[in-house]
Amino acid sequence: MEKQKFHSNLIVSNAPHIVTDADTTKLMGSVLLALAPAFVAGVYVFGARVILLCAVCIIASVGFEWLYNYLAKKPQTVGDLSAAVTGLLIAYNVPANFPLWMAVIGCFVAIVVVKQLYGGIGKNFVNPAITARIFLFISFAANMSTWPLPRMAETTDATTGATPLGILAEGGAGAKLPSNMDMFLGFIGGSVGEVSALALLIGGAYLIWKKVISPIIPCAFIGTVFVIALIYTKSFHMAVFHILAGGVMLGAIFMATDYVTTPKLPSGQIMFGIGCGIITMAIRLFGSYPEGVSFSILLMNICTPLINRWSFKRYCAGGANSGK
Amino acid sequence: MSQGKHLPSILVPHHKNTSNLETVVMPVPDVVKICMSQSIGAPCKPLVAKGDHVKVGQRIGDTDAFVSAPVHSSVSGTVTDIVQSRGGMGGMETLIVIETDKKQEVSEEVQIPHVTNHAEFVKAVRDSGVVGLGGASFPTHIKLNPKNLDECDVLVVNAAECEPYITGDNRMMLEQGQDVLDGMKLIMKYLNLKKGIIGIEENKPEAIENMNNLIQQNGFDDIEVLALQSRYPKGAERVLVYEATGKVMDAGVLPAQLGVILDNVSTVAIIAEFFKTGMPIVRRRITVDGDAVAEPKNVFVPIGTQIADVMEFCGGYKKEPKKIVMGGPMMGRATNSDENVTMKNTGSLLAFGKEAAEVKVETGCINCGRCISACPFKLMPVIFAEAYNRKDVERLQKFNVMQCMGCGSCSYICPARRPLSFVNTLAKGMVKEATSK
Repeated sequence: MEKQKFHSNLIVSNAPHIVTDADTTKLMGSVLLALAPAFVAGVYVFGARVILLCAVCIIASVGFEWLYNYLAKKPQTVGDLSAAVTGLLIAYNVPANFPLWMAVIGCFVAIVVVKQLYGGIGKNFVNPAITARIFLFISFAANMSTWPLPRMAETTDATTGATPLGILAEGGAGAKLPSNMDMFLGFIGGSVGEVSALALLIGGAYLIWKKVISPIIPCAFIGTVFVIALIYTKSFHMAVFHILAGGVMLGAIFMATDYVTTPKLPSGQIMFGIGCGIITMAIRLFGSYPEGVSFSILLMNICTPLINRWSFKRYCAGGANSGK
Repeated sequence: MSQGKHLPSILVPHHKNTSNLETVVMPVPDVVKICMSQSIGAPCKPLVAKGDHVKVGQRIGDTDAFVSAPVHSSVSGTVTDIVQSRGGMGGMETLIVIETDKKQEVSEEVQIPHVTNHAEFVKAVRDSGVVGLGGASFPTHIKLNPKNLDECDVLVVNAAECEPYITGDNRMMLEQGQDVLDGMKLIMKYLNLKKGIIGIEENKPEAIENMNNLIQQNGFDDIEVLALQSRYPKGAERVLVYEATGKVMDAGVLPAQLGVILDNVSTVAIIAEFFKTGMPIVRRRITVDGDAVAEPKNVFVPIGTQIADVMEFCGGYKKEPKKIVMGGPMMGRATNSDENVTMKNTGSLLAFGKEAAEVKVETGCINCGRCISACPFKLMPVIFAEAYNRKDVERLQKFNVMQCMGCGSCSYICPARRPLSFVNTLAKGMVKEATSK
């Protein structure tokens, strides 16, 4: 009966038959792109060694992930770029003159111990880069608190100095702090990627515009730090100082918004951001460390399953089916 | 008229490549195979036997089952066989094979119906064989005969056409706008509904303008056009009911229980056509598109035409087809062969080449929560997937998996390419099985 030739071996799969372009690789690529302004600022402020440091961290992180997957005979996941993001964030979280071998150890802790041993992407319960920073901070305390001077520094005989938060912690009220404008632009001592609030905000705005991250956690985090600082110091100037100093911007925009280790729902994200802000300020004002951003994110990462549980229950009770 | 509150939705590429292409009639194919399961209800029993001569519009399949609609011949010719084969609904079904004589003689059964009351109207609609043409293929006459008829007061016509590619409803409103309004008037008259709303997505400005003009010309002040956001899935029944009336419609609830009669725009227009000509539904406007189709078109296709014949009329394939979807790309069904035939609910045929047909590899969930924010009903697909893997029926129920309508938004949006929507379907099956014991 038939003269026609039919195509009878077509692919049969479940609907939907189209998917968004924005896969994990694209999202992580956007994050890398959003981290670029801070890279430029870091290179400008601290010189060419930043390029070397970032390259080593990215290569080490991707390499460890590749090697782990290869040895464990797991599907290769380096293509999703998440290891590259982790590597770059580790570089951003250490001083520009940090020994490279120590940085590589940090990458090992982040990728192998924190991420892959728990099951790879999506399964780690704490942020790999933050954990690596804390690991390095505790293991190599001296190197992690020796800050090279920014190129704008007025002194010529010293090669290292303190961060604004360090000055504040040691010198108390009488210390000479950099101007808020210098801190906004990044002309201060500190970790590679955290110094320039401007560069980080540009990256954050890009991510929010592209809908890669939601503005909830950064706003709640930074807002809480600002409010607590305002109440405690009763000075608008010092409140601005606190949100520009240390790792608040880098942490709030790039690490407290890591999908894997933060709450899924907006209600939980508000709690998470506020919690980070409170812990950060508690450590800065009352703790023995000058800076508390990384500890705050780590602690709130650990609280995330609890927050999720609470917010899921609440969301479910207020869902579509119960009449909005 | 504009909308108030919106349900969550997602942006999908529109791909409305054929929206300006006037519908063309394809020549009658040599052979049609008409499936006896054209509605969501009971399959029909063949009323003809091998060797019988049939004419266009002749009833060739029917059943006494309550949820059912008759099936009519789309061609004139000879029944050469009645076979069991894989039909458009996916399972093994009865197909009546008709070799056409190309004369397209109209059956004597085709008579303009005369109705005077609601009961006769419902019977006439059943005779027309019309089912939900948006894709669900629920027999329309049942929708028009709700138990609580006196509580129903509004007719919502679904012309959202939120699925990418499909432009058949758009063409219907541009080419047969008067039929749409006449169909609405018929339904509103016999069901005593006070108001009619046509929900059209904003990406069809010409259709909106045309319908508004026609409403004005006819002086129908009880019908209005509701411009919907051009987002997916505004054309889902439960979403549209909410957008048009503000009423929250749960799964398993019929619109009529909320006092709303809801029908697809093509369904409504076909009813009007039936009351003008007496011709039941024997052909359907199909959008043929996809990157493997040489000449994308809107085509009037006799029901039961093999996909390959339709494709041939559209210039054939310009590259090797690897996937053919019947219906829209978000909720449509992939068919295994272009030997399969079109149905009443086939709104589009999309043929894709290798690259577009490729099923993406699933990677690890990164907990981004996009599936949750995409769900129109605020469900949590990521939790369903986790609970399904643990066979945790209680958790599935607690998080209301049964409310999922399978729109596919979660699968579409997932950066890890997880088949969340499919898992939801499996999870619903698991809950049903567990609760029926």
